Amino acid sequence: MLPFIVRRLLVSIPLLAVSSFLVFVLVANSGDPLQDLRVNPRIAPATIKAKERELHLDQPVITRYGIWVKDVVRGDFGTDNHGSSVRPQLWRALQVTLRLVVVALMVAVVVAVLVGVVSAIRQYSLFDYSSTFAAFLFFSLPVFWLAALLKEFAAIRVNNLFGRQLVFTIGQQSPDFHGGFFARLGDMAGHTVLPALTLILISFAQYSRYTRSSMLDVMSSDYVRTARAKGITSRRVIFNHALRNAMIPLATIVALDFGAVIGGAVVTEKVFGWHGMGTMLITGVTQFDVNLVQAWLMVTAVVVVLFNLLADIAYAYLDPRIRLG
Amino acid sequence: MADLETPAPVADEVVVPGGPVAGGGRGEFGVEARSQWRMVTRRFLRHRLAMASLVVLVLVILLSLVGGRVWKYDYTQITPEFSTGPSWGHPMGTDGPGHDTFAQVLRGAQKSVQIMLLVALFSTGIGVLIGAVAGYYRGKVDAVLMRAIDLLLTIPTLAILAVLSNKVRQSGSWFGIALIIAALVWTTIARIVRAEVLSVREKEFVEAARAAGANDWRIITRHLLPNVVGSIIVAATLTMAAAILIETTLSYLGLGIRVPDTSLGLLVSDGQSSAQTRPWLFYFPGLFIIIIVLCVNFIGDGLRDAFDPKQTRVRA
Repeated sequence: MLPFIVRRLLVSIPLLAVSSFLVFVLVANSGDPLQDLRVNPRIAPATIKAKERELHLDQPVITRYGIWVKDVVRGDFGTDNHGSSVRPQLWRALQVTLRLVVVALMVAVVVAVLVGVVSAIRQYSLFDYSSTFAAFLFFSLPVFWLAALLKEFAAIRVNNLFGRQLVFTIGQQSPDFHGGFFARLGDMAGHTVLPALTLILISFAQYSRYTRSSMLDVMSSDYVRTARAKGITSRRVIFNHALRNAMIPLATIVALDFGAVIGGAVVTEKVFGWHGMGTMLITGVTQFDVNLVQAWLMVTAVVVVLFNLLADIAYAYLDPRIRLG
Repeated sequence: MADLETPAPVADEVVVPGGPVAGGGRGEFGVEARSQWRMVTRRFLRHRLAMASLVVLVLVILLSLVGGRVWKYDYTQITPEFSTGPSWGHPMGTDGPGHDTFAQVLRGAQKSVQIMLLVALFSTGIGVLIGAVAGYYRGKVDAVLMRAIDLLLTIPTLAILAVLSNKVRQSGSWFGIALIIAALVWTTIARIVRAEVLSVREKEFVEAARAAGANDWRIITRHLLPNVVGSIIVAATLTMAAAILIETTLSYLGLGIRVPDTSLGLLVSDGQSSAQTRPWLFYFPGLFIIIIVLCVNFIGDGLRDAFDPKQTRVRA
């Protein structure tokens, strides 16, 4: 096991290096970060020159990449175009995104497994058909439309229903909040409900389909028939024999998904005005801010690598027939 | 047990040795022989949901490609009735300045559908080529191509799309955006084709073809690809759904199609700002996206069932 993990991590280092270089070159060539300053006639050319030197814009891209690598190896992600340090921004964004993603994925998995199992056991029943249709529908919804729908219409209805503002539509928490620990927790929850619901509905669609199909596969396998023939109760067959094995592919997919989703539920964050990883990426990309994009890339790439590895390990752990080689 | 209940598709063809193959011919058992394609078509035709979706999708595509020319208003035209809800004159209402929303949705749908079709075409082409080459030649070629795909997957899709579309959107063409999306989504198809080619290339008939003197190109195009065409079609269909979602999302974020022109994503984004007062501006473009994607997904599902030889539910 250990040599496998070490080898996988070693293989991913050149991959990270190459992709960080490619993204660096891409972003550096995508536009001029000082565009706004240049078109402003009141800013002296000397100021712009100084700013260029500060951001190393006067040097070739290769040299700039070298500078970036040297800093990153020491744990310094540099500064953004406005001169503030990237590292604290990165941690803040990561915390915000984690809060959203962890809550959403956990709920989505639990609901999806329940729905998937029931619709596999009662195949072609009314429940199966309606959950299948729901899954297809949510799967086909554009995330931004669903998010905007919840934000513009659902939020107001809910708040009117309870006569006070329970769910919030902008930001990850109220900016000027005064209150105790629990009140603060409640405030955060109120902000998290809608964006989390958006993510839950979309990922629920995918996971419930996976659960259903792998559960169907397992239910028609020989060992389940053997278990039934031995006279084990349905409940035990389903939960102890079938579900355990049906969870294997789902575990992998969720692990892979988690890696991908840390990069930010870009659209969800954008609609609900959360300052998470997704917003950070968009800011970086639209303002041609190389250091922001690179910091984002490093965190997400490392998470993706780690979670892909975790998925493989989980697979081997859950299914002993698989050997990591 | 499924294989006992329904004859595997191959068995049917064996029934007619040398007789009038495939199609309407009758074999020695007096049973109509069916070619693989006819079985697939029949199974698909009997998949009611998929057929209904196909009809709706074709209608929507036709509407979006020619509707804009036929409809009485142009998408840039400003009508005197501004900010009105849906009515007979304006089935989807009008926006603040007085544009007819139906005309705008048609124009947006046209761009989105054009991009969707082009992406499906390009990404399938590249994906099949790279996947087949990697799967057929294996070894170093395979390793290099697959590492390249890994690399492409570590770089976040949205970052590339956003960065490149910064470049492209200056020209603002839907063609460029389609190319960018295609350059990113072909990896899925390449992986699927590679995996299938890897297994099919070991079959005896490939060896027979090689013994008969067929060259690599002929083996790939005549012997391998026809055997994986089912997976390719299903993957290509699902790529269309992905393509339109990516395109509308990009446009929504302001990184795709831009203002003088319009797209469904852009329309949703505009409509959202006035969702409280003129909700129709928000609902209709979104509804169009959902209908298209939902239909494509249902068709993909029906195709997957139709190509699945173990399929027993819809009897062929």
